[in-house]
Amino acid sequence: MTGRPDDLVALAVQVADRGEPGEQVEAYVLRGTELTARVSAGEVEQLSSATSEGVGLRVVRDRRIGFAWAGSLDPAIVAETLADARDNASFATPDEHAGLAQPDGVEAVELDLWRDDVAATATADKVALAAEVERRVLADPGIRGLRFAEYQDGRTEVAVATSTGLVTSRRSTTAYLSCLAMAGEGDGTTTGSGLSFGRAVADLDADRVVGDAVTHATRMQGAAKPASATVTVVLDPWVTASVLAVVASLCNGEAVLKGRSLFGSRLGEEVASPLLTLVDDPTNPSASGASAYDAEGLATRPTPLIEGGVLRSFLYDTRWGRAAGRPSTASATRSFKGTPGISARAVAPSPGTLSHEEVLAAVGEGLYVQSVAGLHSGVDRISGDFSVGCEGLMIRGGTLAEPVKECTIASTLLRMLQGVVHVGADLEWATGSCARVTLAIDGLSLGGT
Amino acid sequence: MIDEQVLARVLGTALRGGGEFAEVFAEDRRSSSARLEDGKIEELTSGRERGAGVRVVTGPTTGYAHTADLSEAGLLAAAEVASAAARVSGATSRVVDLDRRTPQGSQVVEERPEDVAKARKVELLLAADEAARHGRPAVAQVSTSTSDNRRRTLIANSDGLLVEDDVTRTRFGVQCVAQGDTGLQTGHRSVGASVGFELFDRWDVEQLAAEAADTAIRKLAARPAPAGVVPVVLAAGGGGVLFHEACGHGLEADLVEKDTSVFRGRIGTQVASSLVTLIDDATVAGEWGTFAVDDEGAPAQRTVLIQDGVLQDYMWDLVRARRAGRPSTGNGRRETYQHLPMVRMTNTFLAPNPGTTLDDLIGEVEHGVFCKTLGGGQVNTATGDFVFGMTEAFLIEGGRVTEPLRAANLIGNGPQALLDIEGLADDFDMGWPGTCGKDGQGVPVGMGIPSLRVGGLTVGGTAR
Repeated sequence: MTGRPDDLVALAVQVADRGEPGEQVEAYVLRGTELTARVSAGEVEQLSSATSEGVGLRVVRDRRIGFAWAGSLDPAIVAETLADARDNASFATPDEHAGLAQPDGVEAVELDLWRDDVAATATADKVALAAEVERRVLADPGIRGLRFAEYQDGRTEVAVATSTGLVTSRRSTTAYLSCLAMAGEGDGTTTGSGLSFGRAVADLDADRVVGDAVTHATRMQGAAKPASATVTVVLDPWVTASVLAVVASLCNGEAVLKGRSLFGSRLGEEVASPLLTLVDDPTNPSASGASAYDAEGLATRPTPLIEGGVLRSFLYDTRWGRAAGRPSTASATRSFKGTPGISARAVAPSPGTLSHEEVLAAVGEGLYVQSVAGLHSGVDRISGDFSVGCEGLMIRGGTLAEPVKECTIASTLLRMLQGVVHVGADLEWATGSCARVTLAIDGLSLGGT
Repeated sequence: MIDEQVLARVLGTALRGGGEFAEVFAEDRRSSSARLEDGKIEELTSGRERGAGVRVVTGPTTGYAHTADLSEAGLLAAAEVASAAARVSGATSRVVDLDRRTPQGSQVVEERPEDVAKARKVELLLAADEAARHGRPAVAQVSTSTSDNRRRTLIANSDGLLVEDDVTRTRFGVQCVAQGDTGLQTGHRSVGASVGFELFDRWDVEQLAAEAADTAIRKLAARPAPAGVVPVVLAAGGGGVLFHEACGHGLEADLVEKDTSVFRGRIGTQVASSLVTLIDDATVAGEWGTFAVDDEGAPAQRTVLIQDGVLQDYMWDLVRARRAGRPSTGNGRRETYQHLPMVRMTNTFLAPNPGTTLDDLIGEVEHGVFCKTLGGGQVNTATGDFVFGMTEAFLIEGGRVTEPLRAANLIGNGPQALLDIEGLADDFDMGWPGTCGKDGQGVPVGMGIPSLRVGGLTVGGTAR
């Protein structure tokens, strides 16, 4: 592969080879470069550039795991970090499932996630993109100001090597353009955000960022608290992505084994509407979370989570796969500052046939949810209780009507999954681990006056 | 951490492009943690990180670059990059004379966590696990954890300031899952302070674990929370996060300057019930958000934000304060050397109100909710709208706390809630140690309240 981070691979291999007899060693080495440009009143308000690098080392000895990390690739510090990891291992309780990933024969997909234009584009041109967004948002008569207009990009290179024979590396670039617009005055202030994601600077869509931010902020003007009712909700594609991330987290094999997921005993059962099929596929290059390898050095692969409403499989890393008697699904994710955890990378539902507008028309009467707040605190992954703050617009006669705010939608996750009545055809990828798509769910409690 | 002469040369290089202000922020951080799950010590981790960030300010523009290379060459390279971002024409170089200052209120650590045998930390976790399970067959899962970190910082700037700080923080947490006919419920407790291992002289981990377990078990019998607007009594400590999120953020000068705060232009006006006095104070010894100097070198300070309901001041960092021609309030903080500082809270709390008790607050409610602890939350500072999860709540019926309620969100509007505070009690607690997130940076913050009652908040339950 061209552009392999050879120096990182060499360092990872060197550390992994330093294992003592009876010991397994894993080295995760990362180097990242980031640029952030924030614009205000047409001027650069903030320009930061940074390179960070570090190692995360795991030692497994007598079935005990120890971990240590350092924000440095300095050989002396890396050597001390390995000694720390070894010492930490001696205090862990022996765990029969402890161990590093082993080569499992799955071939990695060639993913080209690196675009040279991220490094090659002049900083001034990047700043100009954010300035253009600010200028165009302010040009809308309904807009009062912006909280920010921002360009951001990053380049990440990772190498993983283990004493069990894995040596892998990957690299990717990302670019973002985003803003938060404000409309109205005082108590009547409403906000709207816009964001565009790409692998390259050239992928960024300023029209989209401006259009979304302006529309989202201005159409909420005059919003009031709605009356409490039981409603069908249509989730904005952004909102769907964050709700799907919660659903994907219920498929975390560690949470399942620890009794922390309501999906725990439901494998093979109908947990959702037959309209819902969810697959986690990090080999899809369109997904922002695409990656050829996981954080333990295994090749990624598609994993069906829900098929036609039936719960099909959970996600595992090596350790929790062993505990469950299942192979790893190559779902380990991490930074160098922590041990691997299990996470979905690229979850997408099978799209339906109706466009966004057709979903609204098919629903007829209900609530269109533009944004939710408190998804983290308002969802209990064990009991399934779901209660979040939201704002949006009522749907009347199949189209968007008056805006509403300061209300909640509540249900349980299982009732919501079973209540899916439409999946839109408008599937697309942005940031995060889940695709965006319009989703209609019936039977939610709308809490207002 | 870095030689004084080197710092002066780095600042000189940073100003070469014509910057008005330049700063070097260096940091050395060591951390360790241990976690127990399911009766097993799952992992001990240790980490270290050090590096420096160079900031250059020219007019409205800030340039920033950071490096993990603390050699003179590494620092000079970062200074070049930061200065290039904020370059003006016709610039001349400046020489910086540094004046080393000793901060007041530097932390005294009784027992350095890094000197404590790892085996002792492991014993604490095992003891807490045992205490949570003892005599409670319904407890299905227990996880306990402890972590500590020591953060040494050095700040030098073109005003000639040179100052260092050294803060150690230690925390402990326990989470229990109870299983019953109605499913699974969780309970947790978390304590933390800017102290060393002496944290465990103050807190009995076994008692905390037992409380977490009892909370989870009690919630098994919980009924759905109501949906709609009801009076809400928040318990001392447990609800501090609401005022941090819904009011504190709106009082940060950067958000005010950007016209994204509902409190803009309201200094000297009544913004809260006259019972309310809101204070941000980084000087309270040992609290989670305490330090001797902030991450821009300003001394820790006590700032009265709201006095008897009247807005007194905002919180300021150095750069915004300079622009406004006033001193910083010592609220310039950053997560690590990899981040630019911005206005952040420290320990933010509502002052107690002598003469009223928690029982008085509850006794006057016919139908409402008593919320013992709030979980995480979110606020839109431009509108003041907030949402928080109630992790432990009870129904109030006929002036008495009756049944436990299932988890639900509490939503409302911060400025409105401040005006709607009907009563505050004489009790007070700082609550659990928080990590406040803003623009992707997390910093430790303390949040406290006395017990108080808000006339009406929307509870996002499912019961009618």
